Amino acid sequence: MRDDDVDLLDLARRIAGRAGRGEEIEVYATRRRDTDVEVFGGEVESLSVSGVHGVGIRVVANSRQGFAWAGSLDADLVDDALAEARDNVEFGQPDEWYGLASGADVADLSDRDSADLGAAHLELWRDDLLAVTADDKVQLALELEKATRSADTRVRGVEAAGYGDAAIETAVANSLGIGAQSRRTVCSAYAVAMAGAGVETQTGYGFSAGRTIGDLDLETIPRDASERAVRLLGARQPRTSRLPVILDPLVTRAFLGVLSAAFSGESVLKGRSPFAGREGEEIASAAVSLVDDPTDARALGASTHDSEGVPVRRNELVVGGALRGFLENVYTGRRAGRPSTGSAVRGGYKSMPGVGVRALRMEPGRLSPGEVMASVPEALYVQSVSGLHSGTNPISGDFSVGAEGLMVRAGELAEPVREVTIASTMQRMLRDVAEVGSDLTFLPGPVAGVTLLISEMTMSGA
Amino acid sequence: MRVVRGETTGFAHTADLTEAGLRSAAEAASAAARGDSAGVNVVPLAMQHVDATHEVLILPEDVEKARKVDLLARADSAAREEGSAITSVTVGYADAHRRFQVANSLGLLAADDQVRTRLRVECVAKGDSGMQTGIEAPGRSVGFELFDDVDAEEAARLAARRALTLLSAVPAPVGRLPVVLRRGAGGVLFHEACGHGLEADLVGKEASVFRGRVGERVAPESVTLVDDGAYPREWGTYAIDDEGTPARRNVLIDRGVLSDFMWDYMRARKEGRAPSGNGRRESYRHLPMPRMTNTFLLAGDEDPEEIIRSTDRGIYCVRLGGGEVNTATGDFVFGVTEGYLIEDGEVTAPIHAAQLTGNGPEALAGIDMVGSDFETWTGICGKSGQGVPVSSGQPTLRVNGLTVGGTSGA
Repeated sequence: MRDDDVDLLDLARRIAGRAGRGEEIEVYATRRRDTDVEVFGGEVESLSVSGVHGVGIRVVANSRQGFAWAGSLDADLVDDALAEARDNVEFGQPDEWYGLASGADVADLSDRDSADLGAAHLELWRDDLLAVTADDKVQLALELEKATRSADTRVRGVEAAGYGDAAIETAVANSLGIGAQSRRTVCSAYAVAMAGAGVETQTGYGFSAGRTIGDLDLETIPRDASERAVRLLGARQPRTSRLPVILDPLVTRAFLGVLSAAFSGESVLKGRSPFAGREGEEIASAAVSLVDDPTDARALGASTHDSEGVPVRRNELVVGGALRGFLENVYTGRRAGRPSTGSAVRGGYKSMPGVGVRALRMEPGRLSPGEVMASVPEALYVQSVSGLHSGTNPISGDFSVGAEGLMVRAGELAEPVREVTIASTMQRMLRDVAEVGSDLTFLPGPVAGVTLLISEMTMSGA
Repeated sequence: MRVVRGETTGFAHTADLTEAGLRSAAEAASAAARGDSAGVNVVPLAMQHVDATHEVLILPEDVEKARKVDLLARADSAAREEGSAITSVTVGYADAHRRFQVANSLGLLAADDQVRTRLRVECVAKGDSGMQTGIEAPGRSVGFELFDDVDAEEAARLAARRALTLLSAVPAPVGRLPVVLRRGAGGVLFHEACGHGLEADLVGKEASVFRGRVGERVAPESVTLVDDGAYPREWGTYAIDDEGTPARRNVLIDRGVLSDFMWDYMRARKEGRAPSGNGRRESYRHLPMPRMTNTFLLAGDEDPEEIIRSTDRGIYCVRLGGGEVNTATGDFVFGVTEGYLIEDGEVTAPIHAAQLTGNGPEALAGIDMVGSDFETWTGICGKSGQGVPVSSGQPTLRVNGLTVGGTSGA
């Protein structure tokens, strides 16, 4: 049988069903189809279509765990992976908490049949995306590039423009009776404008994402890209100072993405979360409420179940500044004496389940971005940051990142700045959140964006 | 499968190696390139022979899993024995054996067999001031003989000591300061600050500050930058690139003068020149593009100790995290993961993680002392969603001013 025709849940159940006495088997199977178009200078630079599929198999026996994967759904290769995973069990350190999801992990949501989660209420798949021809996708990218080029006379080129989509199906089954499948479609388009004459160049990014091509806002992309590039023209390095900082929704998303590790039960277990053991304590200003809610279909990371087959749910992490709890998968939950929160995530079929967010957001406040700017006499508006991963110590929370953006004076964007760094600690930044904007924006990836006002940070410049 | 028609590339990949599967991918790639069915061309293929850059002595698949696991256990205990402040140790061992063959309708047929082995130790230390991490991750394009050169327990102790040292770190200073980069530590700066801007795809898109500057002075005479994919045993080494072009040593900046960019097939063809052996891809699922291999700033003749002694106030960087660059503007950032203050010509207190920001051409021009020592650093470079193994290397050197983004004072 061609891999395209294999029923994933069926395959996963069949392999999981081969568990012997005293052995647990979990099979995670996935299949995705991707299309990516890149255009440059009015021509298609590349159009790529691809299909990827594979299985990850986990075996637990005698309190030991083994894992192996195959980049194929071919019966023989899947059998080899199962044999390899069984072999790897022998090399693991024993740990009494190893184990797979079972009926107990889905019991508190028993109104949903665990075998039938693929049919749960979330509609994350759009057949019409699959019907769009490659030519139409190419046309969209070419028009996007053209519109970006002509959005402003100061735009001198388009560094890159493109379109991409994916249709992703996954199934998880294990020998303890878990069986779940889901599928989703996503698509996005982007453009990077280059503005400036002579030696100066500034770049700006615009993009839009959704579940099908009709969700994309193709007018915003060129406008954002050109505006964000043009408004940085003439940027200079400012003097070092301490001042209020306003984060663009994209920047907030980036910070929250790094911060999210601190809410993982895995980080807590490994002694890597600055919030470990602090449930109930105030860890942020009262303006801050953080929730990971993959049941919200507006989030592109929404899902019906997690990577171990446990149904997802809305998990409150911080409410009004107080730490509510952590995210757990089956293993970290057992170690912590708590049930799984349906937060197992995987990087793909090649990886074991870790713990992570799928749809993290900061609950929006009442002020519009303009009102946030008007609420302080002077501030640094951060349009983009760089080096966030290299410049952040997720364990200590220290961070220092490169930033570019504009000064804000009397509620208006003023002169642009570049080559600055902003530094603080994640813990301090959370306590210094003075306002959360009303502009909650769902973005590709597991974290949503929103405008944020931080009462004070160090801006290093000349 | 890549189908090129004019400047347009159609691409499709499949794991289905049956004739039907291959045909279907070929048709998808051709359709994507707007190709027409021009009939059948028969192209004779003869395997080109390229000498291996070095011999791999112990294939990782010939080593029992138990020996690899034992290595991890020994490294784990060695790190923990460094002190009770070490609260968490993560040790990883990875090996990869990558074989590929590439053929094209111009008659090229070539193959390579690449082996890489790496150890990674990450330690967390906890003290009154909070938690700190230390990492050591040696890797080479060799098999299990890596551990003839690399003592896993010593690497673990090094990672642990880094984390412990940082427990007494002081806040990093703020503002523009001279930065001394210890040998090996600063390669990533030049990888980010100049290397990416010298990749021909970005140059071709006018997205590089180095465009049109070949033949111009871009750095002091003491600076020579090479990208050497054929350097034996290094992490970014290979015999042929992922398009079948042999790897070689390419001089990018020759005694301060920009001499060339790094080329893959498509960008070289457009300029009517030969590719430079830099066409790389993460896997068969990705399109090739110009990428760095082992990027080295070559040693000079100053005494490394003297470089520190002649710096009144600055930062001494022993280890950097990753970095990023906007090639269009040349602006870059990178994180200092192990750094110290330099006060009155001496290395003093360790500093908290800080970000260095600067501009590639300005940082190059600002190199004012180049040491006589040399060391390399191993990493994975990400570009357009593709990660490839690279190394970078450099002698101890000084950049006269970079912006340090700390939290002290201000």
